[in-house]
Amino acid sequence: MAEKLLNWDEVLIGGTIKDPGNSKQYETGSWRVERPVWNPDTCIQCMFCWVYCPDSAIKVDENGKMAGIDYTFCKGCGICVEQCPSKPKSLKMILESQAKGKTEEELRKEVFSSEK
Amino acid sequence: MGKKVALTGNEAAAHAIRQINPDVIAAFPITPSTPIPQTVAQFIADGEMDTELVTVESEHSAMSACIGAAAAGGRVMTATSANGYALMWEMLYIASGMRLPIVMAVVARALSSPLNIHGDHSDIMGGRDTGWIQLISENSQEAYDNIIQAVKIAENKNVMTPALVAQDGFNTSHTIEIWELEEDKKVKEFIGEYQPLYPMLNTDEPVTHGAWAPPNWYFEHKMNQLRGLLDAKDVVEKVGKEFGDVFGRHYGLYETYKLDDAEYVIVAAGSVCGTTKDVIDTLRENGVKAGLLKIRLFRPFPYKELADTLQSAKAIAVLDRVSPAGAQGGPLFTEIRSALYDTQTRAPIVNYTYGLGGRDTQPRHINSVFETLKRIVETGKVEKQFDCLNLRGEWR
Ligand code: SF4
Ligand code: SF4
Repeated sequence: MAEKLLNWDEVLIGGTIKDPGNSKQYETGSWRVERPVWNPDTCIQCMFCWVYCPDSAIKVDENGKMAGIDYTFCKGCGICVEQCPSKPKSLKMILESQAKGKTEEELRKEVFSSEK
Repeated sequence: MGKKVALTGNEAAAHAIRQINPDVIAAFPITPSTPIPQTVAQFIADGEMDTELVTVESEHSAMSACIGAAAAGGRVMTATSANGYALMWEMLYIASGMRLPIVMAVVARALSSPLNIHGDHSDIMGGRDTGWIQLISENSQEAYDNIIQAVKIAENKNVMTPALVAQDGFNTSHTIEIWELEEDKKVKEFIGEYQPLYPMLNTDEPVTHGAWAPPNWYFEHKMNQLRGLLDAKDVVEKVGKEFGDVFGRHYGLYETYKLDDAEYVIVAAGSVCGTTKDVIDTLRENGVKAGLLKIRLFRPFPYKELADTLQSAKAIAVLDRVSPAGAQGGPLFTEIRSALYDTQTRAPIVNYTYGLGGRDTQPRHINSVFETLKRIVETGKVEKQFDCLNLRGEWR
C-alpha cells in the first residue's frame, strides 16, 4: 500500500500513530541477508519461535500450530533458530544467496537431508 | 492567602511538587537536588500526596520511567542535577520528541571532572538543545513559582513539550530564604486537571508511541516538534501574567532591573542576578546608569524581545556560568550577540565566565564588570572580549 506522506504541520504530535497495525505496510523482509528454513518433520510445536520472533513472522495455522515463516516480514535475525529447543533443531539459518531460485520444499530437502 | 515561610530552594521545589501532586515521580538522588525527592518522599509517607514515587537505579532509568508514565497519560515530574542530568541525555531528546509534558526541577551544578558538586550552569547549558523548555530561577520564590507555571506551560495543547526549571546549586537550593507559599487549593486550581492527548492506557483508542520514523518522515516530525517549542514563548508570557493575576507576582519572558535608561548593562541568569541588583543600587546612588537584563526563559530563546531591551545600552557584559568550551563565548553571550546583529545597536559587548564549580561571585566582582564597561565606553576600546571573574591569574 502506498503511504501518504504528510507535511510537517500535518503529522500527528510526537510521532504518535493512531491507526494501529500499520507496521504491516513496512516489509522488513527486504533487510534479510540470511533466512531461517523450517523442518516440520522434527518440529515439536513448542511455539518458542513464535514467542521470540520480533517481527511476528512465524506463521500460525487455524489450530494454533507453527506453519512456517512469513518471508515478507522475516528480517533474518536468527532469534528463532537460537531459541528452537528440538533436537536436532527444526530451524536453520542459510544465506539468501543459497536460497535464490529455490522453492521452500527444495531448500528444506537441501538443508535437512541428513536429519529425519 | 499564602503564607511567608523560611525554607531552602530545594524545599520550595518540593512544596510546589507536593501541591501539584503529579501521578508519577521517578527520581534518583544526586547532590544538590537530593533534598527534592527526599522531601517529596516524606510528604508521600506522611499522606500529604498520593503520587507514585518510582525509585530507580539511575537517572537514565528515572527519565525512562517518566517517559513511560507520561506516555501512559500521567502528569509526571522529576528532579536532578549535573551528572544525573547528563546521564538522562538520550532520554531528554526522547521525552521532547514524544511531546511529553514532563516537568523537571534541575538544581544546576558543575559537571565532573574535576569532581565538583557545587553550583554552575554546565548541566543545563549542555542540555540547551535537547528540545526542552528551560526556565531559570533567581531565588527560591522563583523556583517555586516557575515549577507551578511550568506545568501549565508544558501541558498547553499547542506546546506539549517537557520543561525544566533550574535553580542554582547551593546558592539557592541550600540557602534558607523567605518566600511566599501559596494555598494548596489555589495552586491546584491554577494548574487544573491534565488532559493527555493520546494516553496509551486508553484502550478504546489504541495508539503507538515512540515508533520509528525513516528518512521520509523524521524531518517533518522534528520540525513539528520545533513548532511546539517555539509556541511555548507566547504561552510562557500568558501563564506568567495569569500567575501574577492570581498570586500577585507577575512574570514575563525576562526581567529588567533599572534597565530603561541604563548605559552599562549586565545580562545574566540565576542567583548572580541578586548580587548584580545590589551592586546596581549602589552604582545608581552614585549616579552611574547601570542596569540588568535577567534571563528567565532560555529555551525557546526570546531573541527579538531580549535584543529590543538592549538598544539603549552603551556597553554590555554577558555573564555565563559555564566554560565557553571552544565557542566564541558562553552560550548566553553567543545568543545575545547574535540577536543584536539584526538590530540598530553596535554597542560593544563582552563576555565573562564566572562562578564555575561554586566559585563565589561577590559584589566587588560584579562591580569590576561595570568598571570595565565604563572604561570601554570612555576609551571606545574593547581590550578583552572574553574574560573570567574571580579566577586566580589573568586569563589570556
Ligand atoms: S529469523 Fe528473526 S525475524 Fe525471521 S522468523 Fe526467525 S525470529 Fe522471526
Ligand atoms: S521453536 Fe522449533 S520446535 Fe518449537 S515450534 Fe518453532 S520450529 Fe518447532
